[in-house]
Amino acid sequence: MNNTAAHDDHHGPEKGLLRWIKTTNHKDIGTLYLWFAFAMLIVGGALAMGIRAELLHPGLQLMDPHFFNQLTTMHGLIMVFGAIMPAMVGLGNWLIPMMVGAPDMALPRLNNWSFWILPFAALILVSTFFMEGGAPAFGWTFYAPLSTAFAPDSTDFFIFAVHLLGFSSIMGAINIIATVLNMRAPEMRLMDMPLFVWTWLITSFLLIGAMPVLAGVVTMMLTDRNFGTAFFDATGGGDPVMFQHIFWFFGHPEVYIMILPAFGIISHILPTFARKPLFGYSSMVYATASIAFLSYIVWAHHMFLTGMPVAGELYFMYATMLIAVPTGVKVFNWVATMWKGSLTFEAPMLWALSFVFLFTIGGFSGLMLGIAPADIQYHDTYFVVAHFHYVLVTGSLWAIIAATLYWLPKWVGKMYNEKLAKIHFWWAMISVNVLFFPQHFLGLAGMPRRIPDYSLQFADFNWISSIGAFAFGLSFILFAYIVVDCIRNGAPTSERPWYSAKGLEWTLSSPAAYHSFNTPPSRAEILEESQHS
Amino acid sequence: MISKSALAEYGLNMTQGVTSTSQDIYDLHMLIFWVCVVIGVVVFGAIFYSIISFRKSQGAKAAHFHESTTVELIWTGIPILILIAMAIPASKVLIDIETLDKADMTVKITGHQWKWQYEYPEQGIGYISNLAQSSKDAINSDKKPENYLLEVDNPLVLPVDTKIRFLITSSDVIHNWWVPELAVKQDANPGFINDSWTEIDKEGVYRGQCAELCGKDHGFMPIVVEAVSKDAFAAWVAGQKAGAEAAAASATKTWSEDELMASGENIYNTNCSGCHQKDGSGIPGVFPAMSGSSITNGPAAEHLDIVINGKGGMPAFKMLGDSDLASVITYERRAFGNSGSVVQPSDVTSAR
Repeated sequence: MNNTAAHDDHHGPEKGLLRWIKTTNHKDIGTLYLWFAFAMLIVGGALAMGIRAELLHPGLQLMDPHFFNQLTTMHGLIMVFGAIMPAMVGLGNWLIPMMVGAPDMALPRLNNWSFWILPFAALILVSTFFMEGGAPAFGWTFYAPLSTAFAPDSTDFFIFAVHLLGFSSIMGAINIIATVLNMRAPEMRLMDMPLFVWTWLITSFLLIGAMPVLAGVVTMMLTDRNFGTAFFDATGGGDPVMFQHIFWFFGHPEVYIMILPAFGIISHILPTFARKPLFGYSSMVYATASIAFLSYIVWAHHMFLTGMPVAGELYFMYATMLIAVPTGVKVFNWVATMWKGSLTFEAPMLWALSFVFLFTIGGFSGLMLGIAPADIQYHDTYFVVAHFHYVLVTGSLWAIIAATLYWLPKWVGKMYNEKLAKIHFWWAMISVNVLFFPQHFLGLAGMPRRIPDYSLQFADFNWISSIGAFAFGLSFILFAYIVVDCIRNGAPTSERPWYSAKGLEWTLSSPAAYHSFNTPPSRAEILEESQHS
Repeated sequence: MISKSALAEYGLNMTQGVTSTSQDIYDLHMLIFWVCVVIGVVVFGAIFYSIISFRKSQGAKAAHFHESTTVELIWTGIPILILIAMAIPASKVLIDIETLDKADMTVKITGHQWKWQYEYPEQGIGYISNLAQSSKDAINSDKKPENYLLEVDNPLVLPVDTKIRFLITSSDVIHNWWVPELAVKQDANPGFINDSWTEIDKEGVYRGQCAELCGKDHGFMPIVVEAVSKDAFAAWVAGQKAGAEAAAASATKTWSEDELMASGENIYNTNCSGCHQKDGSGIPGVFPAMSGSSITNGPAAEHLDIVINGKGGMPAFKMLGDSDLASVITYERRAFGNSGSVVQPSDVTSAR
């Protein structure tokens, strides 16, 4: 072990651009993932600005409906596959080896490959905008037959891009499982692992289970489009509803893939700024595992209106309602963590607190949507749009921003500008609610989603929502400035800038060395830094 | 009272509608809503209490408890009880909605890109319902009519106090037929027939929209239901039958080219211009151009086949009458600088 350590010291990062192309280092790859995700967030955000600009007033002011459909489709695809998922993988890359006392990821070359597939997949996806017939215009859920017989030729490029994104995610998941199970410090038991590691381990199993199903459904689309099969075409003996079953068998685990690591992040930040250990560590682990299990058996609650028999609707309604139980346990545990703590409100804490608040609102609307008869009136309206933006934007994205600010001092050894970060928080917090809260009213009043123009009774709330959207979009310029300013000009920090923080990553220097742990931490160190001591 | 009418204007909440189903769903929605509000008050109250009372700046010292099996069991058990209490009325409403013993009449609804077709098999009538011209004209204008995008040329006319079964399907992609005030929302799947039902309590005009993304003009295929008394419905059916006979008679005569072109232009602008554009230029890569095409300038047989039976992304238009099809095909072959042959209603009859 000593020999390896001495050997490793000779390996610093390479100089120049090649460092980033050839790197097998978990920190470099984590950085690449995070910048890639941020770039995609800006691209997907720009598309959203286009959507909200068209919806500012009734009528068609800026674009024809076909282009509007391209914007909604690509916004969804880019945000899900380009922004949220890669950002979570980036955080996993940076943090998991440091949290489990390992030097690096278990499969470093695979790690390099899983990242470098992404920019090409994204380029292929975005290039469809410039092809004849335009980009995919059938929604991010790409229901057949709109995405098969009725779609432009560029759809085949979309299918290829989805395959590549799937490869990347599956390899990333294998790497995380191998790292957590094989590279963990020998003295660290599973129930000593911090929650971010636990949630990512469970997420990896969701990825390995769900992504091949996505690959399967797009392959069936490919053969339906080009090779004369009829999986989704009733005239050839197929069934368009089968597409939805397969898609959502992937799609429902997918939404938990995006939120479970966020649960982990929040479970680190709240105890630090409440100066109190996480309440109910083991119940948090069990709740995460229960949510992951349930995510595989509730998919058809997205399909209550497809003509399902009543017994099917009842089953999927009950199974869906069950998810509220472990999710509720998590929220209650977070509140109990704060109870009788000693709270301070640094920027990461503000983001984490507003996560608990706003994610819970998204959870309530999710519970309402799960009630099958009520879903008749909610389905495919702006109520659904409001719901999934509350869980994905003020859920997943909020956690990603919180994590960035919380661990940035560890990554770069410098502190961000707290005052600017607080301004950014309040700016985003207010504008995001102006943006998404009125969409609940629009949906209940009957505005369908994915329409480029609307009748006059929806005009006022759409105007408010668009104004909120522009303000929210602008807030990311400030966020980029805060991060760059920290990297360039931040004040140097100690190894534990949040002195109440616990976790093995805080025992490393700031910035952390290129290889995290050359000798595994001892049992005493692990227990000292664990979340349940 | 004042505040209530002000809220209604903006549409903050779900409609109570005009059927027992829509009322049941509204009641269920409000029940879950208030359950969520109560849970929200407790949870958010605890968060705000913590934020206010347990601040370090106020000298709060952190306690060290971090586990309690009793507490965990309580907040696993109570939500389960709440969920069971919600599941009971929800199951009851769902089973009511999904059960129809015997319908008094049937309406078949077919979704097409981007219009609805209504057929009354028992009465032997049927027609197409498109977005009204007044709304189309207002898309790019500042003056919008009152029911902008929620007005059609031929509304679905239904009698009140009658159990009506809907058979819902599609000829191309998946659509969804939704009228909020009836609380009927059902996917229209190509190649399959879904059913749903309603019994309208109150006469009136009820508006809805397609609720499943179905391509370019998804936002422009509204639904208007006119609920009338049973007598008025019978009178309307008689009128429709007389109109259908007149149309059948016109299909046997030979039309002049001017007559065909005049009627064809209207039908083209209603049914075809959404994709192929008003000037016949199409959208490259998605919707072929009409002008200069080998179909519109070539033999009529191929042109007839594509319009009647559809091809790839192009939907079939066999639901249009013979004279309408002859007019629109002639228009496509003679307008936009094309020089194809004139097509007569009798040609359509034999091509079917």
